[in-house]
Amino acid sequence: MNAHQQPTGSAYFIAPETAKAESHTLSVLVSNEPGVLARVIGLFSGRGYNIESLTVSETEHEAHLSRITIVTRGTPTVLEQIKAQLERIVPVHRVVDLTVRARDLGQERPIEREVALIKVVGTGDNRAETLRLADAFHAKVVDATIEHFILEITGKSSKIDQFVAVMKPLGLIEVCRTGIAAMNRGAQGM
Amino acid sequence: MRGKTGSSRGLFLCLQSGSEEPPELQQRMDQDMTDTKNQMPDNQMTGAEIVLKALKENGVEHIFGYPGGAVLPIYDEIFQQEEIKHILVRHEQGAGHAAEGYARSTGKVGVMLVTSGPGATNAVTPLQDALMDSVPLVCISGQVPTTLIGSDAFQECDTVGITRPCTKHNWLVKDVNELAATIHEAFRIAQTGRPGPVVVDVPKDIQFATGTYTPKPQVAANVSYQPRVDGDINAIQAAVELMASARKPVLYTGGGVINSGPEASRLLRELVELTNFPITSTLMGLGCYPASGSNWLGMLGMHGSYEANMAMHDCDVMVCIGARFDDRITGRLNAFAPHSRKIHIDIDPSSINKNVHVDIPIIGDVGHVLKDMIRQWRALPTKPAKAQTEEWWSEVARWRARKSFSYKNSTDVIMPQYALERLNALSKGRKTFITTEVGQHQMWAAQFIDFEEPNRWMTSGGLGTMGYGLPAAIGVQVAHPDALVIDVAGDASIQMCIQEMSCAIQHELPVKIFILNNQYMGMVRQWQQLLHGNRLSNSYTEAMPDFVKLAEAYGAVGIYCDDPKELDDKIEQMIAVKKPVIFDCRVANLANCFPMIPSGKAHNEMLLPDEATDEAVATAIDAKGRQLV
Repeated sequence: MNAHQQPTGSAYFIAPETAKAESHTLSVLVSNEPGVLARVIGLFSGRGYNIESLTVSETEHEAHLSRITIVTRGTPTVLEQIKAQLERIVPVHRVVDLTVRARDLGQERPIEREVALIKVVGTGDNRAETLRLADAFHAKVVDATIEHFILEITGKSSKIDQFVAVMKPLGLIEVCRTGIAAMNRGAQGM
Repeated sequence: MRGKTGSSRGLFLCLQSGSEEPPELQQRMDQDMTDTKNQMPDNQMTGAEIVLKALKENGVEHIFGYPGGAVLPIYDEIFQQEEIKHILVRHEQGAGHAAEGYARSTGKVGVMLVTSGPGATNAVTPLQDALMDSVPLVCISGQVPTTLIGSDAFQECDTVGITRPCTKHNWLVKDVNELAATIHEAFRIAQTGRPGPVVVDVPKDIQFATGTYTPKPQVAANVSYQPRVDGDINAIQAAVELMASARKPVLYTGGGVINSGPEASRLLRELVELTNFPITSTLMGLGCYPASGSNWLGMLGMHGSYEANMAMHDCDVMVCIGARFDDRITGRLNAFAPHSRKIHIDIDPSSINKNVHVDIPIIGDVGHVLKDMIRQWRALPTKPAKAQTEEWWSEVARWRARKSFSYKNSTDVIMPQYALERLNALSKGRKTFITTEVGQHQMWAAQFIDFEEPNRWMTSGGLGTMGYGLPAAIGVQVAHPDALVIDVAGDASIQMCIQEMSCAIQHELPVKIFILNNQYMGMVRQWQQLLHGNRLSNSYTEAMPDFVKLAEAYGAVGIYCDDPKELDDKIEQMIAVKKPVIFDCRVANLANCFPMIPSGKAHNEMLLPDEATDEAVATAIDAKGRQLV
């Protein structure tokens, strides 16, 4: 979302950052109270961090807890800093870098899934092709008329990117994506 | 002091009848309040009463504020009690800086009270100032009634939205039953962990509504905010071992030592005594180690001493205690202390590795960590021999001999450095507190005034807020009525919050404003000389007020001095006056503040006063450095 920027902190940081930027998925457990999302997002925009994907929803109603899943990009130092800055926010309970955790557990990546709704409008052969491809991608038809389909697809972001790409020539007119929901593999909880 | 005099009561009544509530509604509210007050159980009261009771329970004795429509119910409660004294400022920015001065000089939480809309937006500058300098501040702001929020009502603004990035935390209270708990939590968050400002926004209908007062909890309810104070014992052990192996050690201390409380300063002095390490401090940490101490190197950083910066550059072990590697300290980062291993003690985990990578981070409160550190140092099986750092100390002696704060004195004009040397000498032996504005005078004050104790020095370090000094001095004087409180000011900065003279007079606070008047925004001009070919764009003040007459207009005492021979007498005269004083000290117009690490340069590339010729100044900063702040 934000343009790539120099690591924040000092104006004296004129030495070019040599470390490579990586994409990491963070899980942030917060109290479900007014303004908490604004605090998290404000931190990212205020300090010039990137947000590539953002998902938020209440996960534990009784405990008033929400879980925010953020995919962000930065050098290892910046990612450490993002985690520390998030932990400084008063209603933030825990921050887990799922990507680092997956590595610690000897796994390549955390499980990451996204849901998308895709509206395709067309007639004739395109409709048959749409359904054939939807089937191949395990997408479900959730609404249809003789002019359109709405397809629901779940999967990794890359799979959805691919599905959107193949649907474009077949009459895709609208896409809605949830952003990434993620957790680590294995029997251990967060 | 404001008493319940006939005139102020009269004014109050007249304000009330002219308030924006329709008269019927106002009457009904008054009626409700009187009715309910008579039959309420002890813990049932109005929101405004809850605010006052919660402040008292949190030990508040003074609040700084300015009334307005949306806080009138709270002001009404203030009127009807004696315990909490309200200091009426002339601008909400003044309230915030006064509360900061109060907090920094006492270690207590500063409290400010402002109205909605412009009251809250005027509070933004001191809130950010307090955030950057880690000052515990509770700001209670009025808000339009909950029913009007979002309707662009008169004097409405999104206070929690505006203050979210400039506070440690903030709340909009929409239920009167949560008001007391929120205020208790506000005080806990403001003063624990890394201290900072918080805002509690209270809509007017919540101030009128009746609810339950909940006393301060013994154990904090909020589980997500539990700062840790004790450092990891293994990290401290590793730090002590590294320190014991050092041949060129330096202690780099900061405001965190002061914030941790007087015990932390005592422990720091003990640690210096034990280790015999040289010690320097940031602007914010001055006073945590006495300037008269034999291990003192002076302040470090952009305008710090040669010995402090050279020791930082050449050290092999750096112990950072409650400081945060700010850009004004480090200079060019890739040339910062290149041969050192670094230990960093900080209560805020986000300060670790933010600007500078450190080898041993210790997260915890300075006081707690120093206690453990001293214990473990004492327990070392073999202490380092004195000879281990002997060579280092002789290097320090060579750097000290450069006398980097030296200047060429004059018998005709007062040199600003001389003025502060005299002020320092003549205010010694008293209970003196110094505040400053921002600019050259601030740096000279840091260089030339000796601080022996913590909490005696109040300055805007992180944000660099011109206008901080006078209201901060007012806050200090409120907390220490018998002390000598001096605001070292510049002629430009002082005009940013000059209206608070009126506050000082009203509350009989004999603050002394010592203006180093060079008719320039000196630091702006110095940078224009360094960076912009000496084109002095808008840094000369053409129309300067007559400060003596200005003082007299407010009912204070004005003193003018432009002769070095008269300076001592006039400073003594200023100190003797039991009223606010504006001292217009005319100093050499074109003096600049040295030594200086030019932007983009390293610690060992300082520009020293005797080398700072016009040409050296004009070429000190290269194209890359020019882009920096």
